[in-house]
Amino acid sequence: MSKVKTLDDLRKLRDELKSKTTLRDRSENPEGIVQVKVAMATCCIASGSRETMNYLADELEKRNIEAVVTQTGCMGYCYAEPTVEVKMPGKEPIVFGYVNEKKADEIIEKYIRGGELVEGIIPMNYQSIDEDKK
Amino acid sequence: MKELSLHILDIVQNSLHAGATEIEVTIAENLHENLFSVCITDNGHGIPAKELLNLQDPFFTTKKKKTGLGIPLLKQHAEMAGGNIEIKSEVGKGTTITATFEHNHFDRQPMGNIAGTITGIIRANPETRFIYKHSFNDKEFALDTTEIKTELEDIPINSNEVLRFIQDYIHENLNKLYTK
Repeated sequence: MSKVKTLDDLRKLRDELKSKTTLRDRSENPEGIVQVKVAMATCCIASGSRETMNYLADELEKRNIEAVVTQTGCMGYCYAEPTVEVKMPGKEPIVFGYVNEKKADEIIEKYIRGGELVEGIIPMNYQSIDEDKK
Repeated sequence: MKELSLHILDIVQNSLHAGATEIEVTIAENLHENLFSVCITDNGHGIPAKELLNLQDPFFTTKKKKTGLGIPLLKQHAEMAGGNIEIKSEVGKGTTITATFEHNHFDRQPMGNIAGTITGIIRANPETRFIYKHSFNDKEFALDTTEIKTELEDIPINSNEVLRFIQDYIHENLNKLYTK
């Protein structure tokens, strides 16, 4: 039977990580790094937001971009799920819609790395369904 | 939802929304009884008795948006697979939701990527204590984030390396569970 990971392996990983000086708690300085929030409500989950979140976290790490990836509730743009909010340091957050893995790749390469806007931005003045009608 | 693991991710969001600091997901598969059950227990703020009656109504929600589809969808999928859902809640103590399915029912959804669900929850909610138990007939696998955090000492549980470990740890232990 193939080997199965145990908590002993976790202890080994811990010691390995401790010896790396680069690892630090990213939550200490969230303003200085890229913050990515993936909407994770029923509509989002049904549209694939779990895969989008895990993809973004893996790829940002692989491409050496310091970022914190987390989740948020429904942003109200249920028609455009999965939706992702990206906040670059010192900039206003931007919400992207229909973020599958291909779109996520484009957002990382063009917007996060290159500072170039990509298609699929949900404009700030768009009224979401959870806003109260005035 | 195409997978039970997505329903689990969805229902856990309710627990988080209810301010839970401890969430336990128990999956029990029993081929002898032809039973597949998913139970999610939290210590969130609980649901008042009069709202419990409305929970299965897709147009009932306590959030600002107009629909609350998470529980009705789970109920529909459970009923399609010869099962049902049961919700118990006490204000100030927490909520337990149990969904049952016939294990071999044609319409029972597959488990799907449960490791992705668990690591996704841990990634976004590192402070929450999360317990995942999965049994298959008489064998059981359990993961408790408190235990993992103790082993990790000061390494954050939501660092990518640790999450990758947890994902593999779940995959390999589940495979072991299913192996005769």
